[in-house]
Amino acid sequence: MRDLYHRFGPGLATVFLSLVLVWLAAMVLAPNLMMIDYALRPNLPPAQQGGPLDVRSLDNVLYLANEGVHRAIFFKTVWASALVAGLTLIVCYPIAFWMAQRATPGQLSIALMLVIIPFFINEVLRTLAWFILLAYRGPLNAVLLNLGVIDAPIRWQGDGGVLAGMVYAYILFMLLPIYNAIESLDKSQIEAARDLGASTVRTHRRIVIPHAKAGIATGCVFTFMLAAGSYVAPALLGSPGSRWFTEIIYNWFFEGGDWNRGAAYALTLLVLCLAVVLVTLRLFRVNLTDVAK
Amino acid sequence: MTAADRIFRGLFVLYLLVFVVYLFAPLAVMAAAAFNESRFPTVIPWQGTTLDWFSAMWADAAMWRSLWTSAIVAVLVVLVALPVGTAAALVLTTLHARARSFAYAVMVSPLLTPGVVIGISTLILWRQVGVSGGIALIVVAQTTFIICYVMLMVMARLQRFDRTQEEAALGLGASRLMVFRRILLPFLRPALLASGGLAILQSVENYNTTLFVRGFETPLTVFIATKVRTGLTPAVNALALVVIAATVIGAIAWEIARRRHVTKAPQS
Repeated sequence: MRDLYHRFGPGLATVFLSLVLVWLAAMVLAPNLMMIDYALRPNLPPAQQGGPLDVRSLDNVLYLANEGVHRAIFFKTVWASALVAGLTLIVCYPIAFWMAQRATPGQLSIALMLVIIPFFINEVLRTLAWFILLAYRGPLNAVLLNLGVIDAPIRWQGDGGVLAGMVYAYILFMLLPIYNAIESLDKSQIEAARDLGASTVRTHRRIVIPHAKAGIATGCVFTFMLAAGSYVAPALLGSPGSRWFTEIIYNWFFEGGDWNRGAAYALTLLVLCLAVVLVTLRLFRVNLTDVAK
Repeated sequence: MTAADRIFRGLFVLYLLVFVVYLFAPLAVMAAAAFNESRFPTVIPWQGTTLDWFSAMWADAAMWRSLWTSAIVAVLVVLVALPVGTAAALVLTTLHARARSFAYAVMVSPLLTPGVVIGISTLILWRQVGVSGGIALIVVAQTTFIICYVMLMVMARLQRFDRTQEEAALGLGASRLMVFRRILLPFLRPALLASGGLAILQSVENYNTTLFVRGFETPLTVFIATKVRTGLTPAVNALALVVIAATVIGAIAWEIARRRHVTKAPQS
C-alpha cells in the first residue's frame, strides 16, 4: 500500500484504490454474499420477510438433495461436463502436439489463424450453426441419408447435440494451454526417446504428457467450468429430455418464481466449479498465475 | 521412415483434414443457408439462390433495436472496465509480493465463476435496492468479469515497463500526475486499445450472464437465441453472416495494424 502511494502520489493512488475497492466490494463480494444469504432463507411473501418464519437454514440446498429429478440433472451435468472436457482433450491433443513440435513456422501461423477465427464468432452464433447442421431435416441427416449410412433421419437434438456443440465451443480453451505447454518441450527429448527405441505411444506417455501436465489440467478445468455453467448450448441443442442444471436454475428465477431456491442452486453450481478448479490445480501443482493468461 | 511411420503420418493428415472440416463446416453451412430460398435455414435441398433474407433482416425493426441495445451496453462496459481494469493492474503490480498472490486470486475469481452465477448474484443484490434487470444491470454484470480481462492484458504490458523512466521524470521535476499521463499511459496505449477491443467483443457476445439481468431488454445474442426457438428463418443466418464478416474483418484489420506498429517500433 505504501508503495502505491509512494509511486503515484496521494491523489492518483487514492483514485486507483477506490476504483478497485468499489469493484471488489460492490461487484464481486457483495453479490456473492447476498446470493448466499438468499440461498439460506425461505421464500416468503413480502409481508412475512423479517418475521418469525424468516430464519436461515439449509432447507433450499437440502431440497436439491432430496428432489430426485433435479439431483439427477445436477449429477448428469457434472459428468457430462467432465465428458465434454475429456472429448475436447482427445480432439485437441494431437493438433496441439503437431502445432507445438512438428509444424513449420508457416504452417503454424496458418493453423493458429484457422483455430482462432471461429472463436472470434460469438458463442450463440456457433451454437446456431450446430442447430442448423443437426436439424432433423438438416444437412447432416441429408448427407448421411444420401450416402446410405442411415435409413431414416436421426434426431440429433438432445445429449448428443449438446456434447457436439460444447466440444466445438471450447476447443480453443483446451488447445491453447496445451500448445503453450508442449511448445516449451525441447525437441531433443523426443528425439532421444525415439533413438532409444521408444514407440510413439510410449514417447507421448512418458515424455510429452508429463511435460504438458499443467497445460492439460488448465484446459480441462476451464472446459469443465464453461460446460457446467453454459446455458446456450443446452437451450438450443438439447431436448426436453436432456435438461442442463443451468436451465433448472433459470426456471426457478423466471418461471418458478422462487429466487431463494434458485440462489441455492446457483450457489451449488459455484461451489462445484470452484472446488473442481482448485482441487485440480492443486493436484497438478499449477499456479493460479499461470492459468489466467 | 518405416511403414508404420508412414501409416501414422497418413492417419494424422486425415485427422487434420477432419479437424478443419469440423471447425468450418458448421459455419459454412450457416453462411450458405442465408442464400437459400428455403424457409427453414438449410442447404439441402437447395431451392434457389436469393438475397431476400438480407433485406428481410434489414427491414426487421426488432433486430435494429437489439443491435442498438448491444452497442450501448458495449460502450458503457468499455467506459467502466478500462479505467477500473487499469487501476487493478497498477495496484496489483505495485503491491508487496505477499499480499499480491492473495489479491490476485480475489481479482481473477470472476473469471473462475460461471457466467450464470455472476448474472444471478448481480440480479439478487440489486433487487435489494430496488433496481431490476435492464441496461444498467447488464453493464454492471458484464463489467464484473470483463475488468479481469483488461487487468490481465494491462499487467502483461506492465511487465515490460521500465520503472526508471518514472524516476527520471520525477527527478526532472515532473509531477506524479504528469508522469502518469505522459509516461505510463502512452506506454500502456497498445494494451488499452487491445483490451478495449476485447471488452467490446466479450460484451456483445455475452449470453449466459446477460440472460439473467436483461429485464425487458433484448440484446443481440438474446434476440438471436429467441429467434432460434420461436421462428427461425434464414434472415437470422443473414444477420449471423454480417456479424461474422464484421468480426473477421475487424480482427484482420486489427492484426495488420498491430504488425505495422510492431515493424515501426520493434523494441516495444
